[in-house]
Amino acid sequence: MRELFEVYSVFFRIGALTFGGGYTMLPLLQAEIARSRKWVGEEDIIDYYAISQSLPGIVAVNNAMLIGYRRRASAGLLAAALGVVTPSVVIILIIAAFIKNFLHIGAVAHAFNGIRVAVAALIVGTAIDMGRKCLSDYRCIAIFLASLLMFALPEISPIEISPIVPVVAGAAVGVALKRRSGS
Amino acid sequence: MVYIALIAEFLKIGLFSVGGGLATLPFLYRLTDRYDWFTREMLVDMIAISESTPGPIGINMATYAGHSAGGVAGGVLATLAIIAPSVAIALIITKILDKFRENRYVKRAFYGIRPAVTALIATVAIGIMKITMLDIPAYEKTGAIADIFSYRQIALFFAVSCLMRKYKLHPVFYIGGAAAAGAILGL
Repeated sequence: MRELFEVYSVFFRIGALTFGGGYTMLPLLQAEIARSRKWVGEEDIIDYYAISQSLPGIVAVNNAMLIGYRRRASAGLLAAALGVVTPSVVIILIIAAFIKNFLHIGAVAHAFNGIRVAVAALIVGTAIDMGRKCLSDYRCIAIFLASLLMFALPEISPIEISPIVPVVAGAAVGVALKRRSGS
Repeated sequence: MVYIALIAEFLKIGLFSVGGGLATLPFLYRLTDRYDWFTREMLVDMIAISESTPGPIGINMATYAGHSAGGVAGGVLATLAIIAPSVAIALIITKILDKFRENRYVKRAFYGIRPAVTALIATVAIGIMKITMLDIPAYEKTGAIADIFSYRQIALFFAVSCLMRKYKLHPVFYIGGAAAAGAILGL
């Protein structure tokens, strides 16, 4: 039980100190898990991160679960998952409860109009970074364009397609394409 | 009963969002068409707050979206629902971890998933540009095409984009800077 609580509290701390996506956890995991506690090796952390990205769901949670499992099997996996999400839930619930009271204040409303522009720049930047890796490969571009068309369709027509469709179709096409080319 | 719909939607998001970070965003974006839980404008604010507070962004967004839909219980339920499929998959996969990673079908599937997810994010990016940089009501009122553009917002967008390219700082700095710019310029 004490070990389980330790798994929970270590991942609680990592959740509270991580800002942004899963990769920002890596240096923390290296320090807390590999170097100071030696639950797994530093190179294992990199492997777990790679696998976490290939599993559905939130990368940071996947990563925590795989390490929690190594420490205390299935119970450790659950403790790690709950630990890493607890700070988010607490902090966001507090912010979400109070922010409505501030949004109507003039300066805050103006600030949020500025913030939204920064978010637009962030998302556009992310899309460009992701797309750049794809540019030299015409099959990749074809999947991109087909998915774009599918997902943008509800903007111009009454047909609504869930994001699930392009993701699953992309996976199926990926499996089929590579088999034919024999690579 | 909002909680049942909330749990069902976030279970789906947890199962089908692959690729980390903003992978859940297209799903949340599509929810705005189907439910009145939150608007697209609110979603943009959620992204900003989720990027600027501790915790994995996907979890922050889920908690926030759940809270908008169903208060504190909604926030907790949405978060538990979004991680439930991963927990189930992780419990199975840990036993065959190395085999899974080296599996050629998994690799091939990801070859096709990556451009699909890129397209989803790109669509959301265009939608958010529309929300933040076009003033459709002003255009509808005057009918002048020049009124559709929010020029100061567009200028700020290019300024932030250039700075982002040049200095790879954490998003929280750009969000903070843009907040200051917005307050000073009275956007």
